[in-house]
Amino acid sequence: MPAINVSKALDQSHASRVFDLAEMPLRGLNQALHDLTPGSNETAWEVLNPKGSHSVAVGVDQPVTIDVRGSVGYYCGGMNDGSAITVHGSAGPGVGENMMSGSITVKGDASQYAGATGRGGLLVIEGNASSRCGISMKGIDIVVHGNIGHMSAFMAQSGNLVVLGDAGDALGDSIYEARLFVRGKAGSLGADCIAKEMRPEHLALLQDLLDRAGVTGVKAAEFTRYGSARTLYNFNIDNADAY
Amino acid sequence: MTYRNPPTTPRKSATFDDYTLSEIRRAAATGIYDIRGAGAKRKLPHFDDLLVLGASISRYPLEGYRERCDTSVVLGSRHAKKPIELKIPITIAGMSFGSLSGPAKEALGRGATLSGTSTTTGDGGMTEEERGHSKTLVYQYLPSRYGMNPRDLRRADAIEIVVGQGAKPGGGGMLLGQKISDRVAEMRTLPKGIDQRSASRHPDWTGPDDLEIKILELREITDWEKPIYVKVGGARPYYDTALAVKSGADVVVIDGMQGGTAATQEVFIENVGQPTLACIRPAVQALQDLGMHRKVQLIISGGIRNGADVAKALALGVDAVSIGTAALVALGDNDPRWEAEYNELGTTAGAYDDWHEGRDPAGITTQDPELMKRLDPIAAGRRLANYLKVMTLEAQTIARACGKNSLHNLEPEDLVALTIEAAAMAGVPLAGTNWIPGKNGF
Repeated sequence: MPAINVSKALDQSHASRVFDLAEMPLRGLNQALHDLTPGSNETAWEVLNPKGSHSVAVGVDQPVTIDVRGSVGYYCGGMNDGSAITVHGSAGPGVGENMMSGSITVKGDASQYAGATGRGGLLVIEGNASSRCGISMKGIDIVVHGNIGHMSAFMAQSGNLVVLGDAGDALGDSIYEARLFVRGKAGSLGADCIAKEMRPEHLALLQDLLDRAGVTGVKAAEFTRYGSARTLYNFNIDNADAY
Repeated sequence: MTYRNPPTTPRKSATFDDYTLSEIRRAAATGIYDIRGAGAKRKLPHFDDLLVLGASISRYPLEGYRERCDTSVVLGSRHAKKPIELKIPITIAGMSFGSLSGPAKEALGRGATLSGTSTTTGDGGMTEEERGHSKTLVYQYLPSRYGMNPRDLRRADAIEIVVGQGAKPGGGGMLLGQKISDRVAEMRTLPKGIDQRSASRHPDWTGPDDLEIKILELREITDWEKPIYVKVGGARPYYDTALAVKSGADVVVIDGMQGGTAATQEVFIENVGQPTLACIRPAVQALQDLGMHRKVQLIISGGIRNGADVAKALALGVDAVSIGTAALVALGDNDPRWEAEYNELGTTAGAYDDWHEGRDPAGITTQDPELMKRLDPIAAGRRLANYLKVMTLEAQTIARACGKNSLHNLEPEDLVALTIEAAAMAGVPLAGTNWIPGKNGF
């Protein structure tokens, strides 16, 4: 690993700490973020020239804001626990994977596996998300302003996935207890995923999510809720055709 | 007196043997395939098919009780700032909380710690029992990601990315509803009482190029401190080893088909994957071809039972071995003292493998509070430590006899094979010959 000269990369004269990835390696950025302690005054961070870098701002566990000026590669904000990350560009695969808490907003589009296995926090994709959005999600809230690709919410265990556009094929395959809200059409539903009644508590939950994701001019009543039929919860040989 | 023609002795088919017939009847009656725990039970070429040569005129031995024979091993020195240093080259393999009880996980941690070695989490997250009682704990990063979180990642001593396991290369897992207690359900973020399927593929990467990026992410999250292992089932050991090295792994773990599982289909266990013995030389060859032998460490598991197995595996070029089934037996699994209860379950001590059903008389593979009480984690941990000590002494005995002052100085030239199959797999001569099948065009 190259030696890190953090001071060179951080322009202390800015109101926020600016980290230019064109000048400094990723390692310095993540180490500086991990070195933050509770109560630190360095609460606003800006990352320049990400240029598709992988693992930008992963494993952050302090409540800071991080503005990434450009597009990122894989796993941006992976395992985020409390920070508020905004990607002013598009995100590669696995943005916000296994997020614990906090928020990640992607101004552009997101590639595959957005929010995979996320446990908490809010992931907002202002563009479209590709296939397997919310795969194996475990409590995260995901709001996609555009469309999502096929096999999204595969084996989704818990949390909420909101899609203002359309969903691709095999939505919610082998889903457990996650809730899916789709405003447009779902290409097809995966094994054990069914449309469900939108009860008042779901409308309230969805409206709150839309508000928190900055969505305006869209009503919760315009969405269809999908969830588990729970027929595959205990193995039964007569259901073998479903697998 | 009437003459009777001599009868033929009733003859059972070798193809349709009693076990096969019983399985056909069971399948016909139930309409479901057989699910069980443990690894391949069929007879396979194994370490028993190898012999160690010992010293002779050309090589002199070390004194058994006087001259030192080093057993320590360092894992993860390639990239990790904090490699793992173990006193013995025998680690405890990953077994999940959920499949095993909390006290059983604690016992594994206690035994490993007493012996100066590591233990490993499993497909159910990290428990306090295990972290608290394990000096060195390897945290598995599995397709299901049950219980995965950055805090546990950082308090682990190493991270093991599990691509597959020997009992079921290419298979996911299934924990039946009856073992899903409140605590297990909470750790896995799933409702109590439902079957829990563990995915067979990771949710956010596929292939070696993605794996390299995933390893980078885990290193970045943990500030490059932790050794990162990649574990695969024994399927394509040459290429899997090479690709794991290419992807940046510090340690490669290969689990042969005798390696156990908590539960999968019998047909999977017995028919998919390669024997442990067949996996070692291709993996070592891959490391040597890349100039990474001893730089990236190789751990092999699946059917390791005693110090002879350890010595033979190390002689073939591995850096450490890992035990799962044998460790459970040391804790008390399949103990004949519970024979009456095994009989009630339709089995016998030594054959009990319905670990997924949660009714383990020995109180190990269960979440039943009453059964769990049968395992004293302190005493069981002591038994595991004793067993590890015996294995280590046995391996040292063999190494000293070969004139080696370190277990890692054992080499293929210290071995011969009893069968042509083992000779071909291990790449050592058939006993009494200089013939290595497959070498030099023969």
